[in-house]
Amino acid sequence: MHEAFHPNPEIARRFEELHPAFAPQAAVVEANRCLNCFDAPCTAACPTHIDVPRFIKKIASGNLRGSAATILDANILGASCSRVCPVAVLCEGACVMHRYNEQPIEIGRLQRHAMEDFYKSGATLARKSSEERIEKIACIGAGPASLACAAELRLRGFQVTVFDRQPLPGGLNTYGVAEYKLRAVDSVREVEFIGSLGVVFEVREIGTAGDIALLEREFDMIFIGVGLGAMRRLGIPGDDHPAVVDALKFIASYKTGEAISVGSKVVVVGAGNTAIDAANAAKRLGADEVHILYRRDEESISAFGFEYDHAKQEGVRFHWRTVPIAVHREGQKLSSVECAVVDAGVDGELRVISDSSFHLQCDLLIPAIGQSALLETLSQFRDLQLESGRVVIDRATGQTTNPKYFAGGDCVNGGREVVDAVADGKRAALGIAAVLASVEAMYG
Amino acid sequence: MADFVIHAPPSLAANTAGIHSPNPFWLASAPPTNCGEQVMRAFDAGWGGAVWKTIGEPIVNVSSRYSSIDWNGQRMMGLNNIELISDRPIEVNLREIAEVKKLYPKHAVIASLMVESKRESWHTIVKQSEDAGADGLELNFGCPHGMSERGMGSAVGQVPEYAEMITSWVKEVARTPVLVKLTPNISDIRAVARAAKRGGADGLSAINTINSITGIDLDTFVPRPNVDGASSHGGYCGPAVKPIALNMVQQVMSDLGSALPLSGIGGIATWRDAAEFFLLGCTSVQVCTAAMHFGYRIVEDLIDGLENWMREKGFSSLEEFRGLSLPRVTEWKHLNLNYKIVARIHEDKCIGCDLCYTACWDGAHQCIHLDRVSGPVDGHVEVHAKPAQIEAANRAAITVTPIPKLDRGNASDHGPYATPLARIPRVDETECVGCNLCSLVCPVEGCITMEQIDLGLPPQSWEQRAAAQATVAVTNAGGD
Repeated sequence: MHEAFHPNPEIARRFEELHPAFAPQAAVVEANRCLNCFDAPCTAACPTHIDVPRFIKKIASGNLRGSAATILDANILGASCSRVCPVAVLCEGACVMHRYNEQPIEIGRLQRHAMEDFYKSGATLARKSSEERIEKIACIGAGPASLACAAELRLRGFQVTVFDRQPLPGGLNTYGVAEYKLRAVDSVREVEFIGSLGVVFEVREIGTAGDIALLEREFDMIFIGVGLGAMRRLGIPGDDHPAVVDALKFIASYKTGEAISVGSKVVVVGAGNTAIDAANAAKRLGADEVHILYRRDEESISAFGFEYDHAKQEGVRFHWRTVPIAVHREGQKLSSVECAVVDAGVDGELRVISDSSFHLQCDLLIPAIGQSALLETLSQFRDLQLESGRVVIDRATGQTTNPKYFAGGDCVNGGREVVDAVADGKRAALGIAAVLASVEAMYG
Repeated sequence: MADFVIHAPPSLAANTAGIHSPNPFWLASAPPTNCGEQVMRAFDAGWGGAVWKTIGEPIVNVSSRYSSIDWNGQRMMGLNNIELISDRPIEVNLREIAEVKKLYPKHAVIASLMVESKRESWHTIVKQSEDAGADGLELNFGCPHGMSERGMGSAVGQVPEYAEMITSWVKEVARTPVLVKLTPNISDIRAVARAAKRGGADGLSAINTINSITGIDLDTFVPRPNVDGASSHGGYCGPAVKPIALNMVQQVMSDLGSALPLSGIGGIATWRDAAEFFLLGCTSVQVCTAAMHFGYRIVEDLIDGLENWMREKGFSSLEEFRGLSLPRVTEWKHLNLNYKIVARIHEDKCIGCDLCYTACWDGAHQCIHLDRVSGPVDGHVEVHAKPAQIEAANRAAITVTPIPKLDRGNASDHGPYATPLARIPRVDETECVGCNLCSLVCPVEGCITMEQIDLGLPPQSWEQRAAAQATVAVTNAGGD
């Protein structure tokens, strides 16, 4: 089992929640506003297809236990998803209220309300099958995809073990989500709940062919939910300085209570959601100036619109068509990032404009230009087909080209949302259960 | 150049059986009219009249006294009380009536009365009230709780003979108009209305509260309101009872043996509610729950809203529209069977909640469909996916979070309206029975309209059709 987690109170103070919980009566008022659509668009928009009107109307009727059970039936990570989901492009984005009085139902906060009550009350979840199955399934990685797969299989009576090399379970839910959205302690609590269902957690790295061979002997089916690998390096002179810290490492370290000092000036490279999480965190950790460098224009950023708006509200400054070209130091200390302005030619290729370089003073440089695939690990699995570094699966079942293996989450989709990983994991669990059921039917 | 014509504001002056008030809005006999100080503040706020909290031998009340029904987050859709008549001495109430009348001579003060069923007791209280200056009397034959156990209130109002007898005793001495307040807790409200009329009543007020148990505490199992672990049935009022009151008002006003000037009561909270009571023939209306909920100040919009509506309709007095809807209420057998309407869904207004679809399938006639995109299976008998199949298909679909750069919307099936075409229902007009349900559940104003279809047939009621069929049957029989 994993070690206990002790949150740093200073982090809790600095990372006040972005979307605070509803007071109980406020939740009921909001729940009553929901029209209770037929075949609701919010449910269709949710990758895990949570029956949104059903759980909302249960809040309105005072049936919070039933509300939480409705959520968990579709999405075992209902608590963390209620906080981290980009609801504006999912359930709330699909709400018909946009065309009614223009205020969508606050589905995320309502879901959180039901889930908080569930965890506070210490309620348990009913098993989906009372039968205890002997088949053993290994889930590699303890992130959202594996957790969803493991919980679904366990609720159906299977024996499931989750393997992860990190001291805390939860994967990016614990280590990689901005603290003002989801606190590490809440992610860990959710994993402990999955443990209470009977899923076994082991801190063990599965990386070599030998590790995999051991698993194959012991387990009937294996789910690969390893996520992505390390973040890409800038590849510019001086980027080996210790004050060049990639965004995921930076986020993980402050979330686990280390390295709170960021200095006065921080430069983040990239304009995805992770870049914005890192930039906002740097602000909250005390940086006076936070700059984001992005090689293209504003309209090309991969961050969601609301994330971009949030960064602007936090005071982050954006530099468009700007790339870092060198990292400079004064003695041991990082001093500045040398930047240049680029232009896209007719072929789309970016070219540095001559004499456009300038220096940004910098105490901490945070590259956030994407994660590379875990090719080294993935290549150890037999007969596993990869495409552009992603595991190829059958979308409906999660089965890979090796029938004993199923996969889901970032290692399959290249890096999407927590809720996408949960949906993948659940589909794979159903796929695994179906295969095992057919095996049982064949051999008894 | 526009012509500006200055019209005098419509007159709201009201006359109920000779009780005159500057406007038709009275406070009903209830806690808001418990004492002179309250009634004076109410008149200052704009109320035209007040029926004093029922005067009689002082009683002792219990606590608690009220309970309510909330609906969908709204408080007090219905209110229930087990409070009795005034707990203050008769002399105090009478002295305060005199004070109010001295300061507000043009406002109507009506004394609500309830004493034991003895001729002398009634004679005494009538004389005392009129001496104090009351403009009229309202006989409380309606209070459904507590007092009825002592042979008063609805115990009188439920027995026509008693009601007639007491009314006649009152009329023996009364110099001011006498209104009889009717209880709805009776199988036919007209029985007592007729008795009151026979007894000489000048007018009526209706309805009093309806027997009720509003709810039960699911932890203690004690119904509300809780009086030391027990409860008692109370009187129900508030917005929830308005339809019941309107029906009873119509019954009374359409019955020659019952019809008298009528002060309408029951769930009136807005000027719209009041206008409906006037259209069914009331000469004034009485309000209680709304004033208990929001205070005397609500009278401002009762007056303002009614005046604006009257201007819009070109009415200059209440009498011009009083009772206009009475001829529009008839027996079912006279309704036109050849009148046909069907639902039309206006796609440009539809928000895609599809509540009409589920309501039509589960609660009506299965003639609204969600197959604009998949295409209807047309023919003599249409075959459509059932609601559960539609839901199952969407829940089986694989959905991913759209990433701005990668997943720019696939708008192929979206169609020309704000709502995707797949979510805009359509009506199969050949199957639509014109029940209205879809338009009632639709949250968007004007999105579903009921349109008349000309069947090319003359109006025919069920009575006429039955008679015609009988004639045919007789003719056929004769031909044998």
